[in-house]
Amino acid sequence: MKKLWRFRGGVKLPGFKTLSNSASIRQSLIPGVVTIPLRQHIGETAEPVVKVGDHVYKGQLIATSGNFISAPVHASTSGSVIAIDKHTVPHKSGIAEVCVVIETDGADQWHPDIEPCTHPNNLSADELRTRIREAGIVGLGGAVFPSAAKLKPTRPIDTLVINGVECEPYITCDDVLMRSRPEDIIRGILLLRRLVDPAECIIAVEDNKPEAIKALNDAIKKLKIAGVGSVNTIHVVAIPTVYPAGSEKQLIKVLTGKEVPQQGLPYEVGIVCLNVGTTAATYDAIYDGKPLVSRLVSITGPQIKHPANYNVLLGTPVAHLLEDAGVRHVDDTKLIMGGPMMGHDLPHAQVPVVKATNCILAEKAAPLENIASMPCIRCGACATACPIGLLPQQLYWHSRGKDFDKLEHYNLPDCIECGCCAVVCPSHIPLVHYFRYAKTEKAAHELKLKLADQARLRTQEREARLERVKKEQEERKARRKAARLKKKAATANQHNADGAESAAKVST
Amino acid sequence: MRTVMYALVPGIIIYVLLFGWGILVNILLASLSALVFELVMLVVRKRPIRRYLFDGSALVTAILLSLALPPMLPWWIPVTGSFFAIVVAKHLYGGLGYNVFNPAMASYAILLVSFPRELSLWSVPLELLAQPLNFIEILTYSFFNTLPELLTFDAITAATALDHLRTEISLGTNIEEIRRAPVFGFVAGTGMEWVNAVFLLGGVWLIYKKIITWHIPVAMLASIAAISGVCFMINAEIYASPILHLLSGASILGAFFIATDPVTASTTPLGRLIYGCAIGLLTFSIRAWGGYPDGVAFAVLLIGLTVPLLDHYTAPKVYGARTRHGDG
Repeated sequence: MKKLWRFRGGVKLPGFKTLSNSASIRQSLIPGVVTIPLRQHIGETAEPVVKVGDHVYKGQLIATSGNFISAPVHASTSGSVIAIDKHTVPHKSGIAEVCVVIETDGADQWHPDIEPCTHPNNLSADELRTRIREAGIVGLGGAVFPSAAKLKPTRPIDTLVINGVECEPYITCDDVLMRSRPEDIIRGILLLRRLVDPAECIIAVEDNKPEAIKALNDAIKKLKIAGVGSVNTIHVVAIPTVYPAGSEKQLIKVLTGKEVPQQGLPYEVGIVCLNVGTTAATYDAIYDGKPLVSRLVSITGPQIKHPANYNVLLGTPVAHLLEDAGVRHVDDTKLIMGGPMMGHDLPHAQVPVVKATNCILAEKAAPLENIASMPCIRCGACATACPIGLLPQQLYWHSRGKDFDKLEHYNLPDCIECGCCAVVCPSHIPLVHYFRYAKTEKAAHELKLKLADQARLRTQEREARLERVKKEQEERKARRKAARLKKKAATANQHNADGAESAAKVST
Repeated sequence: MRTVMYALVPGIIIYVLLFGWGILVNILLASLSALVFELVMLVVRKRPIRRYLFDGSALVTAILLSLALPPMLPWWIPVTGSFFAIVVAKHLYGGLGYNVFNPAMASYAILLVSFPRELSLWSVPLELLAQPLNFIEILTYSFFNTLPELLTFDAITAATALDHLRTEISLGTNIEEIRRAPVFGFVAGTGMEWVNAVFLLGGVWLIYKKIITWHIPVAMLASIAAISGVCFMINAEIYASPILHLLSGASILGAFFIATDPVTASTTPLGRLIYGCAIGLLTFSIRAWGGYPDGVAFAVLLIGLTVPLLDHYTAPKVYGARTRHGDG
């Protein structure tokens, strides 16, 4: 039995997992049009490499970027590009981003160059890394950080953590993935192991998913019998079900007792952490040569008639999925991408499914008076629940007062927006919303300061330039004047000389 | 708030059984007037009435204030108390969640320094009375200041155990002798020791229900027990036993119901321990060496002033940080 640690705070939440994890995985139908955003990851937006009117195959590269922190994007089905323009994407800002819009032909035909790799073990680490990068693989737990960038740690790694915790209520896509493809996940881990060379690999699963734990253990046993010796370093660890145990920082604390430094990354304490979905995608990319063009999405919630996990082509409109799953009372339904704790509201159902979409949650829209909150009575329940050790009650005052210096002092940037504080608040204050808002306000404030700085510099430069021009003009003027005077003097001298000459002539 | 009231009910029942209807009259007068003042202030401050009037906070304040006051009082004292608590200490500072001082204790302190005579005359336990007053007679006293014939006010009131102790010690009487006075029961004040014991149970229930945390009550009672224990061991003739200190006056009520008021207490675990400890030490100091028989109210008010500082320096360590909040 592995020794486990506890992270501070956290809350126990009702899971609602059985809604969607008992049904088998369904294949979503190919929509008429897929809208594929060119930025579905953290980092630089990829540049399109196709034109309007081009025919594309499934899995064909449609956008790429030379930047290290970025990921290429592929067509999720075959068809023709009908537009490359801005569309609303499912992002908490409700922002519009450049998307490649493909009219599908229904054939769902893979690109002819895509073929399975017969000897993945013969690939060098660099080749593996390049293939993972070229397959567009990003962290599928929700943070969508380009995986290849994580897989080149600059210091020795002790532990490779595969995150199958899935602590948010309702979401079950990782659970179902672990149950249905355990062997692929283990083989994916064996590939990733070669890249980071850890002393041990841990698959962490919450103890409320006994089926997934059993499936993974069985797969390890099977591979061991088949003679794959390296599976000995892989251990499945059941961890207590406490929200947010699946958050990277909290999970690392539970498994190793270590804390990732503030504003730091896990590799600094010798850990690389990847999601089980990412691991399965790595398997697909290396063994089958297939880039990341689809993912498992939990479609669930009280408003869904047939909650289940769907295998969805990226770019499929959410509305198309909801048609498949069936929605009760469309009018008073609120759509959330992600879970009820950390997800965000969708602006409308036409937004596409992206790499970050692990769940579409359809809840009943809450009537307004139910969310009226009472004043903060400083009971401190939020501070007890905060898994980071922040003081949400203080952050709340300063968020309301937009006191950015104080927010910095109380470590607002460390807030992981897990929402524990808001859940336990007896006054029903939506604390985490205040913090998200304060973060964007702070960013806007800093941007404003930066722009103001730039404007000031520009003005200073302009003034200096004008000054210089004026000075130059004056100098030129002065030079011309001097030249004129000189000329005048010269002519006068000439005249004088001439006069003198003539006078001399006269006198002679 | 409602749970806090439920936790007080058993103690109040015992109070009524042992001391008569007086305390209930106080609670009714204070609660009704507190609700009226709350309503008026909400209207004046243009706040949503339905949401705030019955949030329970005004009622809890009124009940705690009543429990701090002697049971036999003219009607205007609990009403004036409610006025100070609700209007001055609560709403003039910004209402629920914004008050700097604990409203019940601020109001009690004002009453204590303004009307010292009325506030020092406590009812004699029923078992020591020849002729207990009924509910109507207490109401008559409260509103018309008249007692039934052949009964003087002195016959039904007396000093509290702590007050008696204080006066007699200053006269040089030995504690052993003082303890023989009828106001003393088994370990503390007659009757009051039972009331406090039941309040203690109510307080423990509040911790069990996670309405309050254990930090403040444990720290406060432990510090009272520790300092009174040390003094008792040094000189048992002039210092009363720890158990008497714990079960007398407002120790129990203060530790579980008053010092734990979230608005005015520290919010961090370490801060709460220091806060409770400081209140306990100050309470004992006022009792033993200060000018009043009990000191819970003043201790809560004074230590409450240090809360912003306590919170600042006792903030928990942030995940992944090398130092605590306050050090950075």
